[in-house]
Amino acid sequence: MKKGRKSVSPVRLYRHYISIIVRSKMLDKKSFFLYSAGMFLTSFCVFLSIFFMFQRFHQVKGFTFREVLLCYGIVLMGFTLAEIFGKGLERFPRMVRAGEFDRILLRPRGTILQILGSQFELGRASRCLHALIVFLYGISGSGLCWTWQKILIVTGMLAGCCTLFCGLFLMYAALSFFTLEGLEFMHIFTYGLNEHGAYPMGIYGKEVLWITTFIIPFAPVQYYPLLYLLDRRQEAYLAFMPLLAFLFLIPCILLWRLGVRHYQSSGS
Amino acid sequence: MITMENVCKSYRIAKRNAGFKEAWKALFHREYEEICALKNISFTIRDGEMVGYIGPNGAGKSSTIKILSGILTPDSGRVRIDGRLLWDIDHPRHKPMTRQEKYRRIEHVRQIGVVFGQRSQLWWDVPVIDSFELLKDIYSISDPVYRDNLDELTELLNLEELLRTPVRQLSLGQRMRCEIAASLLHSPRTLFLDEPTIGLDAVSKLAVRDFIRKQNREHGTTVILTTHDMQDIEALTRRILLIGKGQILMDGCLEDIKKGNAGIDETLVELYKSYEI
Repeated sequence: MKKGRKSVSPVRLYRHYISIIVRSKMLDKKSFFLYSAGMFLTSFCVFLSIFFMFQRFHQVKGFTFREVLLCYGIVLMGFTLAEIFGKGLERFPRMVRAGEFDRILLRPRGTILQILGSQFELGRASRCLHALIVFLYGISGSGLCWTWQKILIVTGMLAGCCTLFCGLFLMYAALSFFTLEGLEFMHIFTYGLNEHGAYPMGIYGKEVLWITTFIIPFAPVQYYPLLYLLDRRQEAYLAFMPLLAFLFLIPCILLWRLGVRHYQSSGS
Repeated sequence: MITMENVCKSYRIAKRNAGFKEAWKALFHREYEEICALKNISFTIRDGEMVGYIGPNGAGKSSTIKILSGILTPDSGRVRIDGRLLWDIDHPRHKPMTRQEKYRRIEHVRQIGVVFGQRSQLWWDVPVIDSFELLKDIYSISDPVYRDNLDELTELLNLEELLRTPVRQLSLGQRMRCEIAASLLHSPRTLFLDEPTIGLDAVSKLAVRDFIRKQNREHGTTVILTTHDMQDIEALTRRILLIGKGQILMDGCLEDIKKGNAGIDETLVELYKSYEI
């Protein structure tokens, strides 16, 4: 056998991973459609709860129904995208327990890439659609005048949100190298932030805003740019706050590396 | 060439007695026991050699394989494979967790193939050929090399009929043939086989053994085989390394330990007894 290699780019490899997963999911059509419908309905319930609340109160701390929907649409879409692409990280504790991480270390590729490529939650796409509908409904009545800057801000919020949740999933996965039990507390940040992130962070009071600014940078991708978007505040730096989510990835990746090293030295 | 020099590895295992009270106590004060998995393991394996690595359960076989394949860090010692320094723990410049470390792992695993008899490396729900195509991209195997290797493996392992079947519908013997092919697609120079014939019927066993022998003879692949099936050892390897309680107890030929007409399994039991393992 001969040797010879021209490196396959990570992006191409990732696409290949995903196509394998999609191909295998397509074998089971019924379960795919039922799952998608289920996902749509579950997230629709959150929408209903917001809707009924605004039937009774017309504002929440100065935010109207449509404005809340705008915020909710962005957060939900960011979270769903993170779930679609980061499902492998969320499933990772199971992978460690089954000893499948060994196989990942045996392949000549980065560990995170391989884990992201191990799962792809296509069924969540229906929730993405739901998020899009909510978002469009929100902007249609919020009386915003659109400029290209505002479109950029919304895109930034979306990207920041997705990145932040991916970082949290990565942190969750990294912690599973150290302990396999009691990781549920991480769900406070992932699922919890998604649920409560429907409303702008400012309405929960000072303490929550402080935590979500300095500990988990969720307010920088949601609350502060939203204030600028809705013309509540004029400071231009608020529009750039979502970039902080990318900085948040750094400690997550460092924790991940620490976890891999721990795994390699304890060998379990 | 593979050399291991004075490799040690120990694990810390939490211990407690049975019962709820003990479990409660262990919650606050845990007792650990230091288990020495490997004690000063040293050996050399030349290029193109086939070596049987044997020993009772829990002797340290899989720890050794994991260290050699780069996924487990030893506590001390030095491991060198084909001139690459894989582990050099006592060296002052040994720095784990760096980017350099990651590339060293990647560079190393490109050159080896590993088959775990108990675990699959194929994608469960798609046809075998899809898994192979993905491995082609993972290892960045060029088209002509991939085609050559695939043709050769298909022919030698009789995979023609299996390639288009989803993995979950293969029998164990069929799957094992595919696993072995998967671990050789990137032309590794060293092949680690961890119980490759476990659970196979006689026909599949012979086919797998036959193939391993051919692979070794024609491509000079170095093969390290761990198994409890002594017939594998008898059919494939001349040299055996016996490990027990974390130490290499014997390094020699199969003929040396065989006495008269005694069967190979009996010989091994005698051997284990004489070393008290």
